[in-house]
Amino acid sequence: MRPRIQLLSPELVGRILHEAFELLMSPGVRVGSAAIELLRSAGVEIGVAANAGVARIPESLVRKCLASAPRDFHLYNRQGEKAVHYGGDDVHFDPGSCCVQVLDPDTLEARPSETRDLVRIVHVTEMLPEFAAQSTAVVCSDKDAPSAIGDLYRLFIVLQHSDKPVVTGSFSAAGLQGMIDLLVADSGSPEKLRQQPRAVFDVCPSPPLNWSEFGSHNLLDLARAGVPAEIVSMPLAGGTAPVTLAGSVTQHAAEVLAGITLHQLARPGSPIVWGGAPAIFDMRTGGAPMGAVETAMLNMACTEVGKHLGLPTHGYLVATDSKFVDAQAGAESARSAMLGALAGINMISGAGMLESLACFSVEKLVIDAESIASAYRLARGIEVRNDEVRSDEVRGDDVRPQTLATAMFAQTGLSGEFLQLKETRALFRQEQHLPSPVIDRSARGSEPPTDVFTRARTRVDNLVSKYRKPALPEDVLRKLQAIVNREADRAGVAAELPGK
Amino acid sequence: MSDPLFGAMLQSIVDGSPEKATELAQQALADGVDPLDAVNRGFAVGIKFAGDQFGCGEMFLPDLLASAEAMKAAIKILEPEMLKRGSQRKALGKIVLGTARGDIHDIGKNLVATILSASGFQIFDLGTSVTPEQFIAKAKEVDADIVGVSALLTTTMAGQKSVIEALDRNGLRPRVKAIIGGAAVTAKWAAEIGADGYSRNAIDALELAKNLMGKVTNKETAQA
Repeated sequence: MRPRIQLLSPELVGRILHEAFELLMSPGVRVGSAAIELLRSAGVEIGVAANAGVARIPESLVRKCLASAPRDFHLYNRQGEKAVHYGGDDVHFDPGSCCVQVLDPDTLEARPSETRDLVRIVHVTEMLPEFAAQSTAVVCSDKDAPSAIGDLYRLFIVLQHSDKPVVTGSFSAAGLQGMIDLLVADSGSPEKLRQQPRAVFDVCPSPPLNWSEFGSHNLLDLARAGVPAEIVSMPLAGGTAPVTLAGSVTQHAAEVLAGITLHQLARPGSPIVWGGAPAIFDMRTGGAPMGAVETAMLNMACTEVGKHLGLPTHGYLVATDSKFVDAQAGAESARSAMLGALAGINMISGAGMLESLACFSVEKLVIDAESIASAYRLARGIEVRNDEVRSDEVRGDDVRPQTLATAMFAQTGLSGEFLQLKETRALFRQEQHLPSPVIDRSARGSEPPTDVFTRARTRVDNLVSKYRKPALPEDVLRKLQAIVNREADRAGVAAELPGK
Repeated sequence: MSDPLFGAMLQSIVDGSPEKATELAQQALADGVDPLDAVNRGFAVGIKFAGDQFGCGEMFLPDLLASAEAMKAAIKILEPEMLKRGSQRKALGKIVLGTARGDIHDIGKNLVATILSASGFQIFDLGTSVTPEQFIAKAKEVDADIVGVSALLTTTMAGQKSVIEALDRNGLRPRVKAIIGGAAVTAKWAAEIGADGYSRNAIDALELAKNLMGKVTNKETAQA
């Protein structure tokens, strides 16, 4: 049995959707001009005067669009292998996105993130099996990085340094097209990119119930290109959304339903993800506490609604509000990693992030990887190994205990010599997650003990030293560089292409 | 302060009750109380108290907003009489506010506007996604003391820098002070772009604005 946590009863899911459909009619959804014609031609009433740009989207149309949205899809690595499955209860993690600062491990101060930081994060992520995908994790603010094309430039860096799929997003409509061009060059052709997408793009509505000019535009462009889009709706309960968790889940549902409608009208069948970064609104600071348990609950509940509709899902967890990689960071991140895995969220973004998504720490990333590994272990549950042991789960002898315990006791009697049993050797790797040296379980020795941050720094150095840059064909690299140069020219900035 | 009427006024603000504040303001006028006294010895003391309570974590943003609403209700009743007597409350300063170009997230900016306005500043709110040119035009038009630029997104924070550069270009600084705020904004960023200050929340913004106006922060909030 796979352990699951559910927060919503079927009746409550029904009520949430019922009210979400009501919200789509009244007060309706504000949409960008790019979406208006599309909606109008589908028979949607668009408001005038004070309600200009407000669409009243009927449930029947939304249902039709839901029917054409794929129930699942894959992201592929550079080798053309399926690396991420968006669908069902499969769970994947990727680092958080778009930080502007990194925590300097020497000074413990936050400083503006630079290209070298992004490269280091990508290298570490590449080496950690807990991360199924890369993300365009930090904004590069060094003077060599072309800030006017910062979104495209980050993807360029990631594509050079990684074989994994990428969770990304653009800062402008023009930026999106350049990024799609990069992915086409990386894949070989637009057709190949559609068939075996390497990346998914986060697209955000603006709470409450507003698909801005930029958000609408992105959604339609992605649909038309057939590149997967991930809707990241971000209601802040009590701030930009109803204070009740159920009310915020309802607003989230309405925003995502509206987005899926726009997206599927532009091109039915294009891959789309029911995603979000919902959080509570902190009543002291006015911030969005990503480490709060209610924030995790919102992510879980929003996912349940998406799963009810049969859609791939995404959430924003494994982040913390602490400014250091400390006990608060560990507690908040590990807790939400567990909850996200038990909720079966297909893609969970946020690892490595501090300060409510403002600052990235690569040391935190390797600690989070341990929490994620534990979360995966928990989500596998308690397995009975005598029924259907998969061959890849068995190392050495094909050992399948016929009973839970009695067959092993038949061999040991009361001697207690379990360590010598062939079952032990064959099965301990499946039964136990074996943590990296980041997790300290050792007995106190003659050396002074270290804290987790010190061990994480060592681990980061180890991973970076073992990292090998992927073999990117020369002609592909040239094409990528040409696109960056072209976009830099268009934006009127010099691109020296650092970080290669 | 010993006057029970002033005490009740203070309490109506702390309770966040516009109805009670309105009633007490009307009563003050009926009893011939100087409306400026009603503000300075009653209602404004309440706002100061609410701000302090918020600062030490005893009150929360919804409470603070309710207090500001109650303050607004009281001022609305008292203002005509103050005008009549030529004793209207002197604004602490004129502040032009808006969110940076490309940023439509205004919840933080609205909080700052509400708190500063309730505390006696005159606020000119330009709304969301405001260009540097719009900030400059408004600052000139109203002879602003302070320009405040809010940005939630890491991607729109650059817009704060543009506004400060535009203030410099137009020769408005150092007379006009530039302040910034927003979830991702830090003291470091403020220093980097040459802002005169930044604050983490609306109450700190009030202290910051008062400091920039050359006020001593522990004086009463509203002064004649």
